[in-house]
Amino acid sequence: MTDALAKSWRGWLFPLAVLAASEIWFLFNPILSDTLAPPSRIVLGAVDIVTDGTFLRTTYQTLFAAAAGLLIGMIAGTAGGVLIGLMRTADRLSSWSVEMLRPIPSVALIPLSLLTFGYGYRMEYAVVAWATFWPFLILTQHALKQIDVRLIEVSKLMGFGIFSRIFKIMLPAAAPRLFTALRLAVGLSLVVSVTVEIAANPQGLGYGLMVAQESLRPDRMFALLIWVGILGWAINYFLVRIEGRLFAHRTPGLMADA
Amino acid sequence: MAAASTAIELKDVSLSFGSNEILTGIGMSVEPGEFVCVIGASGSGKTTLLRMIAGLLPPTSGQVLLHGRPVRAPTRKVAVVFQDYGRALLPWRRAYANVSLPLEASGMPSRDRPKRIRELLAKVGLAGHENKFPGQLSGGMQQRLQIARSLAQEPDTLLMDEPFGALDAMTRQTLQDEVLRLVAERRTTVFFVTHDIEEALYLGDRVVALDSNPGRIAYDIKVPLPRPRDQLTTREHPEFLRLRREMFEIMNRIHA
Repeated sequence: MTDALAKSWRGWLFPLAVLAASEIWFLFNPILSDTLAPPSRIVLGAVDIVTDGTFLRTTYQTLFAAAAGLLIGMIAGTAGGVLIGLMRTADRLSSWSVEMLRPIPSVALIPLSLLTFGYGYRMEYAVVAWATFWPFLILTQHALKQIDVRLIEVSKLMGFGIFSRIFKIMLPAAAPRLFTALRLAVGLSLVVSVTVEIAANPQGLGYGLMVAQESLRPDRMFALLIWVGILGWAINYFLVRIEGRLFAHRTPGLMADA
Repeated sequence: MAAASTAIELKDVSLSFGSNEILTGIGMSVEPGEFVCVIGASGSGKTTLLRMIAGLLPPTSGQVLLHGRPVRAPTRKVAVVFQDYGRALLPWRRAYANVSLPLEASGMPSRDRPKRIRELLAKVGLAGHENKFPGQLSGGMQQRLQIARSLAQEPDTLLMDEPFGALDAMTRQTLQDEVLRLVAERRTTVFFVTHDIEEALYLGDRVVALDSNPGRIAYDIKVPLPRPRDQLTTREHPEFLRLRREMFEIMNRIHA
């Protein structure tokens, strides 16, 4: 879908028209706004954030915090998902806790995380990890339940123990669904880390947005905002490409004979 | 104990799911190296019987013995070939890695595996296809791959559940002959489930017919046809034709 979007030039018509219209509007209404900036000023703002180092520093901070939090959420969530996916007792013991804890919005944990860890990376990891833990937990559990029983039988017939069964059969069999969980969680990690930075943590792209807004620089703010959008789109684009590469051979009869 | 030499022994085996009786009073024994074909209409419980011998399903009453020992769980000495090769093969593993699976399970050192895998793939006519994924192989080749994988277990008993049911007639005949050759080489005991009377007669030393609702043994006959069997001469053998007619009439009577 993304490829089709990139190829079809018609998709660019609407956004380009909006940009041109706003540029023209600002040309005839030369006001100085605290909240809006014409596209040409946003381009200058972009040059500004790149040259003063804001761009690289905040991007690195946000991506690092998001990735580290995601990693923690992924390891804990997948491990938990395997546990409750395979052991009925674990599922029963945890079902109430999961139902009670899962609805807590991750951003509601910002004050608690701030109290515990103070400003900096650690409080951000914690909130991102919390947010991404749940999709990994739930989707891993479901992915394991949806594995074809035939494969489970095959692993029993071969005489595999429980660990080989998990690592050689079940996790690879569930891999396409686990990758979907990853894609979902990656998007979520970016949203949550930027939110944490806007609300509390003085670092990263979210904080950059706040500083631009508070210093009445809508040009810089919009430049960062557009960059956050591009970043999210690009990460998802590459994940979709990787997904296609990784799992193409699983579709029977779709690949030409080598 | 005389029973210890019997490869598969079923003693008054019954199976019910709740009030639903699937199999009742099944008693039969299979000698080592014997090729037994089980036929029956769908729903007669022939696959269920195979699953009980494999150790995937415990009987409600009675005993399943392999070489005199009760079956409690699957063992490596018994390999299963399923009809649905597409579901039984691991789609993310290339052909050689699928055959490697039982070798990994038995703890064979990884440096000894490639040679064994090449031998097995060559044996089923898949030499040169080592690096293909199951999804890149035809149905017949996928079933050959599953057979190679089952042989990697070095089983003394092979349980085959309508293995050629999803293949076209030509491929089916080729694979029938290959299976006969492979099991004769290794003197493997075979429990072969099918719904095709001719296939059962062509392959088996014995044919056991199941009656339905609940599944029970209707008929158990020896097939005194000479080996090695041949697609033309065996199928034209007067005894083959006589037995085919007899089995046909029996199956008709059962399902009337």
